Amino acid sequence: MKEDLISLTIDNQKVQVKKGTTILQAAKQAGVDIPTLCYLKDINEVGECRMCIVEIEGRRGFATSCIQKAEEGMVVHTNTPEVLEARRVVLDLIISNHKIDCLKCIRSENCELQSLARKFNILDVEFPGEMVEHEIDDDSPSIVRDFNKCILCRRCVATCKNVQGIGALACVNRGFESCVSTVGNNSLNDVNCTFCGQCIQSCPTGALHEKETINEVWEKLKDKDTYVVVQTAPAVRVALGEEFGMKIGTNVTGKMVTALKRIGFDKVFDTNTGADFTIMEEANEFIERFKENDNIPMITSCSPGWVKYIEMNYPELLPHLSTCKSPHQMFGALIKSYFAKKEGIDPSKIYVVSVMPCIAKKFERQRPEMKVNSLSDVDNVITTRELARMIKQANIDFTKLEDTTFDNPMGEATGAGAIFGVTGGVMEAALRTAQDILTGKDLEKINFEQVRGAEGIKKATITIDGKEIKVVAASGLSNARTILEEIKSGKADYQFVEIMACPGGCIMGGGQPIKSAKIRSEVDVRKLRADALYDIDEKSHIRKSHENPILKTIYEEYLEKPGSYRAHKLLHTTYKEREKYKI
Amino acid sequence: MKTIEEIHKIREEKRKELDLRKNTKADTREKHILVCHGTGCTSSKSPQILENFKRIIKEKNIENVKVIKTGCFGLCAKGPIVIIRPEDTFYANCTPEDCEEIIQSHIIEGKVVERLLAKDIDGSKVQKLDDLSFYKKQKRIALKNCGMINPEEIDEYIAFDGYKALEEVLTKWTPEDVIKTISDSGLRGRGGAGFPTGKKWELTRASEGNQKYVVCNADEGDPGAFMDRSILEGDPHSVLEAMTIAGYTIGANRGFIYVRAEYPIAVQRLKIAIKQAEDYGILGKNIFNTGFDFDIEIRLGAGAFVCGEETALLESIEGKRGQPRLKPPYPAQAGLWGKPTLINNVETYANIAQIILNGSEWYSAIGTENSKGTKVFALGGNVNNIGLVEVPMGTTLREIVYDIGGGIPNGRDFKAAQTGGPSGGCIPKEHLDTPIEYESLKSIGSMMGSGGLIVMDDTKCMVSLAKFYLEFTVSESCGKCTPCRIGTKRMLEILEKLCDGKGTKEDISKLEKLAINIQKSSICGLGQSAPNPVISTLKYFRDEFEEHAVDKVCRALECKAMAKIKIDQEKCKGCGLCQKNCPVSAIEGEGRDKRVINQEKCIKCGTCLTTCPFKAIGN
Amino acid sequence: MQNAEENTMCEEMKEKITTFMNELFNKYKQEKDNLIPILEEVQEKFGYIPKEAQKQISEFLTIPMAEIYGVITFYSRFTLEPKGKYAISVCLGTACFVKGSRKIMDRLTERLKIQPGQTTEDGMFSIDETRCVGACGLAPVFAVNGEVHGKATVKMLDTVLDEILKEEKGVTNENN
Repeated sequence: MKEDLISLTIDNQKVQVKKGTTILQAAKQAGVDIPTLCYLKDINEVGECRMCIVEIEGRRGFATSCIQKAEEGMVVHTNTPEVLEARRVVLDLIISNHKIDCLKCIRSENCELQSLARKFNILDVEFPGEMVEHEIDDDSPSIVRDFNKCILCRRCVATCKNVQGIGALACVNRGFESCVSTVGNNSLNDVNCTFCGQCIQSCPTGALHEKETINEVWEKLKDKDTYVVVQTAPAVRVALGEEFGMKIGTNVTGKMVTALKRIGFDKVFDTNTGADFTIMEEANEFIERFKENDNIPMITSCSPGWVKYIEMNYPELLPHLSTCKSPHQMFGALIKSYFAKKEGIDPSKIYVVSVMPCIAKKFERQRPEMKVNSLSDVDNVITTRELARMIKQANIDFTKLEDTTFDNPMGEATGAGAIFGVTGGVMEAALRTAQDILTGKDLEKINFEQVRGAEGIKKATITIDGKEIKVVAASGLSNARTILEEIKSGKADYQFVEIMACPGGCIMGGGQPIKSAKIRSEVDVRKLRADALYDIDEKSHIRKSHENPILKTIYEEYLEKPGSYRAHKLLHTTYKEREKYKI
Repeated sequence: MKTIEEIHKIREEKRKELDLRKNTKADTREKHILVCHGTGCTSSKSPQILENFKRIIKEKNIENVKVIKTGCFGLCAKGPIVIIRPEDTFYANCTPEDCEEIIQSHIIEGKVVERLLAKDIDGSKVQKLDDLSFYKKQKRIALKNCGMINPEEIDEYIAFDGYKALEEVLTKWTPEDVIKTISDSGLRGRGGAGFPTGKKWELTRASEGNQKYVVCNADEGDPGAFMDRSILEGDPHSVLEAMTIAGYTIGANRGFIYVRAEYPIAVQRLKIAIKQAEDYGILGKNIFNTGFDFDIEIRLGAGAFVCGEETALLESIEGKRGQPRLKPPYPAQAGLWGKPTLINNVETYANIAQIILNGSEWYSAIGTENSKGTKVFALGGNVNNIGLVEVPMGTTLREIVYDIGGGIPNGRDFKAAQTGGPSGGCIPKEHLDTPIEYESLKSIGSMMGSGGLIVMDDTKCMVSLAKFYLEFTVSESCGKCTPCRIGTKRMLEILEKLCDGKGTKEDISKLEKLAINIQKSSICGLGQSAPNPVISTLKYFRDEFEEHAVDKVCRALECKAMAKIKIDQEKCKGCGLCQKNCPVSAIEGEGRDKRVINQEKCIKCGTCLTTCPFKAIGN
Repeated sequence: MQNAEENTMCEEMKEKITTFMNELFNKYKQEKDNLIPILEEVQEKFGYIPKEAQKQISEFLTIPMAEIYGVITFYSRFTLEPKGKYAISVCLGTACFVKGSRKIMDRLTERLKIQPGQTTEDGMFSIDETRCVGACGLAPVFAVNGEVHGKATVKMLDTVLDEILKEEKGVTNENN
């Protein structure tokens, strides 16, 4: 072990680090916080912004600490007047070409550039000059690009290209005119973007953000004639607290429900219940298809970014997709049919708001397929971040709220529904139901550890009733591509595939609270949020979707059985080949 | 495919024929008319001259006279150039119409055409190339074959010991022998930075990897530089030979030449050369039956100066935007597709075969202690003999400018010379006697660079000059790192302010602050050296900057904005013509009034100056 | 922005591009480092890099279009719009601007139905804005293939355009 350690000096402090450690990481160990901007751990380690430069004794010029590896005996200075001046000049130059819009910027107070400006006490721009002007792209239902605020860190480019394997964004032009853009500077709406929103998660400033639609919600809440129903996705409750300074991975379900009630929603429902419906439909669909060997493997369809991806890139594999709508769409359809009927409300007066960790859901809800009797299943999708903003606008001191529970008659959900928010969760939930249906028993083994965890691709073989079923859960679209290529080439021997567009699943969705590069390099955000969901599951008194009493009631009273005519009309959908580039 | 013996035979026989080009006293009836086909001469009709010679010779049925196209002779200012050998007569500024007379008088009647002889600095007419003072102080190693052979004939290259070094190395030398010889010769990279070539080869050889590459950087982009172009146009095989030797030495089987698409003639000749070498089996599989394989591909630069930076060049070959990589790792460790890669520039390669053939001692005897051999410069600007020169290291700037370059035209004074292009700096009068070598140039704030050498007379404004280079850098910055992308733009904006007469003293200190920090924090050589033109002009011509900032005066009268156009009230007759023609209505006055220019409105377009019938308007 | 151009691109052109691209795709391997050589050939053939070609290259080399666009816009030899047979530039330098060159530009965009930096569908005309051409005394000026027309008026522009159109028509008639 010892030979793997090297010693170096950083700002006169001796540090011992593992071989291969960057100076940036080594400095952290020495309690030295070197500023960064373009650095995003494991994703964008390119050294372009020049904020992290340091001086190494005996070397000409400054070294790039986010890339340069620590070496034995190295003497590093991170805060000489020369280094500090150079960094300040770099920061000043970046700001000189940045639309300073802080008062009305969506990322104000959560902007890495703004924090650096504070840290460096930038009170005026020393080197002002011409700025590159960009048209704002807000044509898409999901993402707004305001590249007047782009600082060319290219974290979004690396995320889109390397993590997601899409490449909707790239660096274009040269020199001062360089910018991040799409092909021909077309709207993200017209190119190969899936609206996964991972670019937003990577953006240190307000250059990329969700298309905010909370004003419409406020309008509807004002309107006495409208019955406003809200539902919240599983992943929202384990992240929302972060927006109010709570620890990452805190489960704030009760507070969230209270806040939604205080805001004035007529009903507060749980999308987890919708997820239970999805499981019922999907597990039954799988069993049918498995028996008939009909387009096996079957692939899950709850992640709208993923659905858009396969429609654009592998249309020939569309028959493999489950026909199930995603949980919130199913639930929206049930609210406007079953619930409306039961409560005697005109469905056209109901306005369904989904609070989602996802921005692709904003796109999904307006797909023409997501309508029943010309009524949209869901009328508005807002993200976790947008909900936090609404709560703040409503003067609610979130951390001090008491817990309340979801409204009835659709307020009960299972642990299976909760884990929908994490990669492998849909698979696990479906297997719990499928094994009971196939064996006709109430099996006790319900934890499928093989499909839990951080890996992008998790494979497992499950034996149910003596039959082996090969399953795989993949998250992140690069991993999705790997699986699809296997299926396409006939190498895949899976029967059931779960895919989520965002690496780690919905808990890491594009609509979740944005964590700075620094937090992302220090904390395993994915794990903390995932653990919270598994904890909810663990503590649920019902952990199998088919045992949810609400489901039983609704199937009995209304839907008859999974896959029935009515279930198909309300809960299933179709897909279509989609042009990658509409330009 | 040719065997070694067959190549030897070609060399022997062709050499006999070509001896007359070398030996000026040869007693022969044969004559070779050499017509320069470098880019300069080509664009001033040398192909037509060649055709005319051929036609006339055929028409007149003249025997024993051959017309040969060659690469650049160097003295571009006097092109198109025609040289007749063996007598070595040098005809300058020829036109296609002159061919008839040259054939009639020189070839048939044996009388030199006096009117076409080149004039030397002192005004005297010079007959022979070697007698021109332009050539006297030169020593040609890299340019040895340029202007001597037909670059499109591999046999001519072979005749002058071409591919002899390769044969020698492949059949008798170990890679270590090559590295030792190159190292001992003291050859340093001619692309600008001057890294020891032998060391580079050694490092690349030592790098682990079963796949390695040899790359030739022919993306010459400095404004005013054309050394590499001339070598590729005049002696392409010398580069192919050196790359193959390099391949053998470091253990690579594939080479790339990255050449600017803006050099169509060079590209064409390279293509021909590669084809010919392949046909002879000098490139390809099992070269000289030694089991060594080597192939060379051409990649065209698509118009980005930054691709001259070695790692940007590698990115470009890989099909990407030419954005430099962070170093380390160096290309010797991880280059093309992450494999160890040797990159040298054209001129460096052009020296290799000579060093192998003549020995490291021969080479290291030329030049100074730390800078061995020769350096090719593209001499341009305000100097009489514009052209390509190759001089031993250690030659002084004064010798180049005055003895070779023939001094400053129009009786003006020398103000500064610029070396290293947009990465280099200015050398003022007081440093004219600095010997040219890597370290000395650096110590006076400039650099060797790839070999551009621009001379400026006293009518040049140094602030404008700095602005010119910054404009270039800004438009060629790749945009990857902040200091270069935004910083150089801000520097340019400040320089524009100064030239527009809107600058302040504070702007000068801002300029300096930016310059120092961009130098230190940019990723690549382009960014790190981008401020050099400003830093060196500030160092030697600070007073000019201050005049611009404080007094709003441009002593060279180059900065138009600071020129105040005035109407001489004595001379003005109040005709109003200037007023009528002023595009911005900046001239005030009515009827027969004497007119006055409103300086606030005036855009200094100069229209009034030309319209005034009484010459009453001036600076 | 690369709009108008291919929305209205005729099928004939599309076919021409496809034929040429297929030739290239037979010649080159599906390796990413062939991107620039392929782009060079397309630029050489068409005088610009049509969007349709970009699309096909993207499929062939499996490189996202945005990245190809990034490469095209990085290298100055590559262009996204073909220049017209008659390249018309209008000086928008201070002097010309003051003297009303904007009106000339407006008339030009109105008549040719393209914006500066674009080329008409038939490849006949392209418009560019230029900085001062140093002919301030003749302001406002526009140039057709480098030939400067000074003290320009909208009427004068019309006459020049009409003459070109007349000549072009004449030529086609003769050919027919």
